[in-house]
Amino acid sequence: MFRFRDKRTAEIILKKLKRMDLNIRLMHVCGTHQDTLIRFGLDPLLKKVGVEIKQGPGCPVCVTTPREIEEIMLLAKKGKIITVFGDMVNVPGEKHSLQDIRSQGHDVRIVYGIEDAVNIAQKKKKEVVFMGIGFETTIPSTASSLLSSPPENFSVLSCHRLMPPALKAILEMGEIHLDGLIEPGHVSTIIGTEPYRFLSDEYGIPQVIAGFEPLDLLMGVYMLARQIENKEAKVENEYTRLVKKEGNEKAVKMMKEVFEEHDVSWRGFPVIPNSGLQLKKRFEEYDARKKFEDELLELKGKEFKEPEGCRCGEVLRGIISSDECPLFGTVCTPQNPVGPCMVSSEGSCNIMLKYGK
Amino acid sequence: MCLAIPAKILKIHDQRAKVDFGGAIREVNISLVDANVGEYVVVHAGFAIQKLNEKEAQETLGLWHEILNFLEDG
Ligand code: SF4
Repeated sequence: MFRFRDKRTAEIILKKLKRMDLNIRLMHVCGTHQDTLIRFGLDPLLKKVGVEIKQGPGCPVCVTTPREIEEIMLLAKKGKIITVFGDMVNVPGEKHSLQDIRSQGHDVRIVYGIEDAVNIAQKKKKEVVFMGIGFETTIPSTASSLLSSPPENFSVLSCHRLMPPALKAILEMGEIHLDGLIEPGHVSTIIGTEPYRFLSDEYGIPQVIAGFEPLDLLMGVYMLARQIENKEAKVENEYTRLVKKEGNEKAVKMMKEVFEEHDVSWRGFPVIPNSGLQLKKRFEEYDARKKFEDELLELKGKEFKEPEGCRCGEVLRGIISSDECPLFGTVCTPQNPVGPCMVSSEGSCNIMLKYGK
Repeated sequence: MCLAIPAKILKIHDQRAKVDFGGAIREVNISLVDANVGEYVVVHAGFAIQKLNEKEAQETLGLWHEILNFLEDG
């Protein structure tokens, strides 16, 4: 059986790319793509054939802002049970991380998904807050849980974000020249191929939705190279075994039922219009920001800075690569992370160091 | 975090299903998909987010064959 890791096919794609005599720069926005790129050693092979790939803002933990981290820590200090995805606990806030807060005796728990958090709420009397991070891949699970009447003592601090507006922001800012975008396979599983189309139409950028096996990624690059060579700009789908044109309509419908778009900032970015999701009024009772408005008041108007010396923002905008940060691998390591890009298994600094670059 | 893993549905009970991740049996939420026993789904954070079918996997390979005008001229 022809496999998605077949070495010979990889060699053929690379050979074909080489013949095209390329000098192009692409961006992907997914930690799993970065993992495939570095773990399988594709990055240097692609550079040799004239293809440079940058990781953009595709790490949910990394793009979460210092303010959101302070919000969840404050709620922990106010006695709520805090439930978060694993990587989140080690992200440094202004003074502490959730891990520090936990060792001071506050109740911070790691969950695998939102259902674990709902289960905790069902068993406890205390307030349980779930920190909802993640893009379109994760958002439907939050929506579905809120639609199935969770207990009263459950709420969500929504830090969910949408990918297409961030891609638009990158292109609009124009800080970095890009020849093509590799779109995230699992975000696209939910939203389908159409929400990307305006980027090709308005910015003339070629796009390919790609899966996560090494050959998926190489094939995605090859499809982009062909578009570039033919001076085309369209949305192509390499990941047809999972991504349908219309996406997962059931999931999108639930998302729209529960959430509405609002303007939010992303770490390293200015406010990106309509790129965040907040709970609709109908779900207000589950909205941690409404429910604990008074307790969160002390953060109002405060500015929170990035960790000193950390260049995650530039890494997330594709302007520098992780090893160009002076703290990379010396002051900043996974054991002692300065910024979230070193904490998260989807952060480019973490991935680069893990595979020994 | 956007990692998603394929699993085969063994048993369905309302919105939940017992699935097999190549040997490891877990329970997942299937409210986001219309899936049946015996089908494959891709699971993310405890939720099946889409069905995966063999036919579509074959189509991907077909697409590759076409794009690469296949292998031998490499
Ligand atoms: S190496 Fe550390 S300090 Fe530098 S950008 Fe990455 S996370 Fe920030």
